[in-house]
Amino acid sequence: MGELQIMFDDFFTRALIAGIGIAIIAGPLGCLVIWRRLSYFGDTLSHSALLGVTLAYSFSFNITFSVFIISAVVALLLINLQKRTKLAGDSLLGLLAHSTLAIGLVLIGFLTSIRFDLMGLLFGDILAVNVEDITIVYLGGAAILLILYFIWKSLFSATVNYDLSAAEGMRPEVSNFIFTLLLAGVIALSIKMIGALLITGLLLIPAAIARNISSSPRQMVIIATLAGVISVIAGLFVSLEINTSSGPSIIVVALLLFIISLIPLEIKGQLQK
Amino acid sequence: MAENNNLLVKLDNCGVYKSSKWIVRGISLEIHKGKIVTLIGPNGSGKTTSAKMILKILKSDEGQIKNFASKMAYVPQKINIDWTMPLRVVDFMKLTSHINNLEIVDALKLTGVDNLLYNDIHNLSGGEFQRVLIARAIAKKPDLLVLDEPVQGVDFNGEIALYNLIKKICSTLNCGILLISHDLHFVMSATDHVICLNGHICCSGTPRSIVKNSAYIELFGEHNATTLSLYQHDHDHSHGTDGRVTNNV
Repeated sequence: MGELQIMFDDFFTRALIAGIGIAIIAGPLGCLVIWRRLSYFGDTLSHSALLGVTLAYSFSFNITFSVFIISAVVALLLINLQKRTKLAGDSLLGLLAHSTLAIGLVLIGFLTSIRFDLMGLLFGDILAVNVEDITIVYLGGAAILLILYFIWKSLFSATVNYDLSAAEGMRPEVSNFIFTLLLAGVIALSIKMIGALLITGLLLIPAAIARNISSSPRQMVIIATLAGVISVIAGLFVSLEINTSSGPSIIVVALLLFIISLIPLEIKGQLQK
Repeated sequence: MAENNNLLVKLDNCGVYKSSKWIVRGISLEIHKGKIVTLIGPNGSGKTTSAKMILKILKSDEGQIKNFASKMAYVPQKINIDWTMPLRVVDFMKLTSHINNLEIVDALKLTGVDNLLYNDIHNLSGGEFQRVLIARAIAKKPDLLVLDEPVQGVDFNGEIALYNLIKKICSTLNCGILLISHDLHFVMSATDHVICLNGHICCSGTPRSIVKNSAYIELFGEHNATTLSLYQHDHDHSHGTDGRVTNNV
């Protein structure tokens, strides 16, 4: 117990543990985001997270909980708007993303009594996580992955073909709804550490790396998770070594991995010629 | 009551209303175990929409649907699988059911594509993909099988073999089959009930009675008959351009 205590005393170790937890949750969800072409949807949810944080500060709520509620409300609002207007999905996403971002920023202006770290909100501060944050990440993450495990078959079949999934009794409308909430959940869990602007990167880039080098869905999920974990570890060590901000360093490492993952594709292409 | 025990689906005056018009209307039909029901009709006549209503993908906006089927399998007309999704035939076969590799290979053998088990689904030809689609539906061992133009893109010999397979599956699994097809030979020789659709049910009955009642009896025997000739049947009504009945003659 004593050793564990010492381990958690070190801010860098805490950052590593929290970051790895988030990468593990982001792996499978990121694959679904890529398969379903929801990257802009993820962006919208994370922009609205800023509003969630502001509200949390204003009314002294728990940040994770507040961000989750706001992201979920924005997601449901989007589904509702899609039924009401004929505007394209990306226009509606842009509308919601920027208006919630703007509302969040306007509200921050009112909070003159609180010293507000805007940079921290946008880019996160993984080096500032405490033991409580880590507990929330791992408990919330376990819940998200467990739910995902139970709805996976339905979600996956609906991703391949919605009609087929519906006809064969997989209830895709239910799993789609739950998936939206899970996405809001992962954003809520990671906003403090990665920040509103970079969360989608941690969802997308590992999954994109995995797509380049995998041939089955299960392989892609595993590789995406590993790629995320490696990005977090390498990114944090780099930031420590050359004194750069930690969140962006993680994303830059992920990008480098993505470039490396293109090489096998290139070789395969050359061989087939 | 034996008759009722075999009933899988019963539609009573059903229809789908979308973007302020009826896609199909007044659809009444029954599908029984061990029988093949075929939907024929021109493009846009509501064949796929009717099938989706039976499969509970679309809700009927009027009338009543009774569905007693416990397991349905579907071969859709079109499937696009995005490149971002890495998918092998074996993964696709397990899409909505938990079946082992042995059962998968058995089903793929039936449609002659068991050699493709570990192939990337994106690299299959149109005909191969169609065979995988049919095998996947059969492997589910459904009691209601809905096939929407299942042999599109399949070569001529393969077409005959697949139609024979569909007929065989119907009796071995004792399942009801709803088939959407343009192949008159198969429709007339192997199905139990034919429904001719054009936004509504134009006529229906056994293939024999349909052929007798219609003007294309002599065309049907001729190989150079065009598909269109199928729709030249005796009419007691006329159609508008959208297939709606405009007036009684």
